[in-house]
Amino acid sequence: MTRTRIIAGVVAALLLSGVVAAFAVAWRPAIAAIEPPLPRSFDPALVTRGRDLAALGNCNDCHTMQRGKAFAGGLPVPTPFGTIYSSNITPDPDTGIGRWSEAAFRRAMRSGVNRDGQHLYPTFPYDHFTNVTDEDDQALYAYLMTRPAIHASAPANRLSFPFDQRLVVAGWKLLFLRRGTYQPDSAQSAEWNRGAYLVEGLAHCGSCHTPRNALGAERAGVQFAGGDVDNWNAYAINSRSRSPVPWDTAALFAYLRQGWHPHHGVARGPMAEVVGNLSSVDESDVHAIAVYMTSVFGPPTQDQIRRGDEALAKAKSPAAPPSQAEAPGASIYAAACATCHETSRPLPYGGVNLGLSTAISGPDPRNAANIVLSGIRPVEGERSPIMPGFANSMTDDQVSSVLNYLRSRFSNQPAWAGVAKTVEDARRTQTVFLQTSAGPRNAPADPMQRDKP
Amino acid sequence: MMTLKVNGHDHQIDADPDTPLLYVLRDDIKLNAAKFGCGLGQCGACTVIVDGKAVFSCVTPLLLLEGKQVTTLEGLGTVDAPAPIQRAFIEEQAAQCGYCINGMMMRAQALLQRNSKPTDEQIRAELEPHLCRCGTHMRILRAVHRAAKLMDTAELSTGSAQ
Repeated sequence: MTRTRIIAGVVAALLLSGVVAAFAVAWRPAIAAIEPPLPRSFDPALVTRGRDLAALGNCNDCHTMQRGKAFAGGLPVPTPFGTIYSSNITPDPDTGIGRWSEAAFRRAMRSGVNRDGQHLYPTFPYDHFTNVTDEDDQALYAYLMTRPAIHASAPANRLSFPFDQRLVVAGWKLLFLRRGTYQPDSAQSAEWNRGAYLVEGLAHCGSCHTPRNALGAERAGVQFAGGDVDNWNAYAINSRSRSPVPWDTAALFAYLRQGWHPHHGVARGPMAEVVGNLSSVDESDVHAIAVYMTSVFGPPTQDQIRRGDEALAKAKSPAAPPSQAEAPGASIYAAACATCHETSRPLPYGGVNLGLSTAISGPDPRNAANIVLSGIRPVEGERSPIMPGFANSMTDDQVSSVLNYLRSRFSNQPAWAGVAKTVEDARRTQTVFLQTSAGPRNAPADPMQRDKP
Repeated sequence: MMTLKVNGHDHQIDADPDTPLLYVLRDDIKLNAAKFGCGLGQCGACTVIVDGKAVFSCVTPLLLLEGKQVTTLEGLGTVDAPAPIQRAFIEEQAAQCGYCINGMMMRAQALLQRNSKPTDEQIRAELEPHLCRCGTHMRILRAVHRAAKLMDTAELSTGSAQ
């Protein structure tokens, strides 16, 4: 009897302390609502700075639906755990962040908690934003609170149990959210440190370019080794890069700033929006990012330099007759692709020599399949790359044979596996996109290049 | 020699397999509705329908068309008996110089074949790859809506689609 009572007491005490501990880990207080501040209460210089920071953070990309109002949210973001809809970050008092104080905004950026005290899903990359300084958060807040308020509620997330429980996120944070992951390195230049601060923080490059673990967190130890975003491959941007010509600071700067580089090709897919945004910010910040990323790539090996020189020389010399002329892929390439990809017309209107393309040397054919099917549509108001899509004129078999041919002719990598399946998937995604497409919009990049199902 | 099916007829074509469909249509078969605009698949003037889908004939080599059915504007209707899409464009006077209009009609036709009642938004999105520098866009929009109605009426009266 006594023994039973003791055991029951211990169990009760354990349960209680467990509940208390869980509560302490998970519970966050609400931060009092404020009257939406008047736009004129913000210093215009601060708002301008916030504008550039928001562009560096690519905020508009996820927080704006196709054809939707800027920052009004509602974009479905597919994750392995279900679909999460981006939130409205306009100053609308009821559906946006109009009643958020600057402290509430900073808490969301730093630790992924909304004004009500609910945990936010890490689709919002606070694992990076936690590195953003108070001053930059203040400027971002000033910029967002002076945007037009849009009344728009995002649809409810579609997540399966237990991921639909926001408390689960508290556990995720215990495991994966590290404060202060960016620390200035006094051995490096000020520009390097500025670049590191941006890349590891607001620009959150690793969110796409670092592979994720089973719980959706960026895997430690393989930072920038390449990841997935929508149905695109975000290339490795460290020493594992498959770029035929090694990247250097000048090439990175040009690519990030204007969206293409003659030795590397054009930035499309989800990266289109990123370079669209980077074309509008202070040049020195883009250069700082290029400087830091150059050190992430690391110095190329002698072998990489030699292969890069070879690729460049090959691209300049007249095309050798296709070695597999009998293959249907070679004939299609010669008839439909080479007319642009092997002319002297420079980028962005001419096609890059595919021997220089990371899409062809990359680990899988997703990006190449997407581009062959959908093409590259011009971006309004920008000098941007163009390419017609071949979804309506090529069968899946024809696209597959072109991709297999490109891989064997233009890369020194082994043949891709599962090309037919990839093409099928790419076409299905494209079809979903076309059916829901509402047409062109005023945004810094081409919606055709962004998979927004 | 290759057999090319255009507007329901078989044509024996003696051309390199990498010849763009547009050249074959205009030079060999003498069907001049499809126009050469940019030659890069960027302006839409050369658009024809292949197996129900709109394609740029200037960047579509012959070798991709084995066994496929090509439809050009001439295949939709004639001057005496214009197809609904052609009638609608005439009734709305949607052409000014007319150079882009073949492409506009062909892509609109492909759209109406799979969606008989497109919204304004859907028409705008669909025709977005087509350039018109005269500026008759609003008339073109009205013409596509009118064509949708004409096709609807035609279906009701004859009991069959075009």
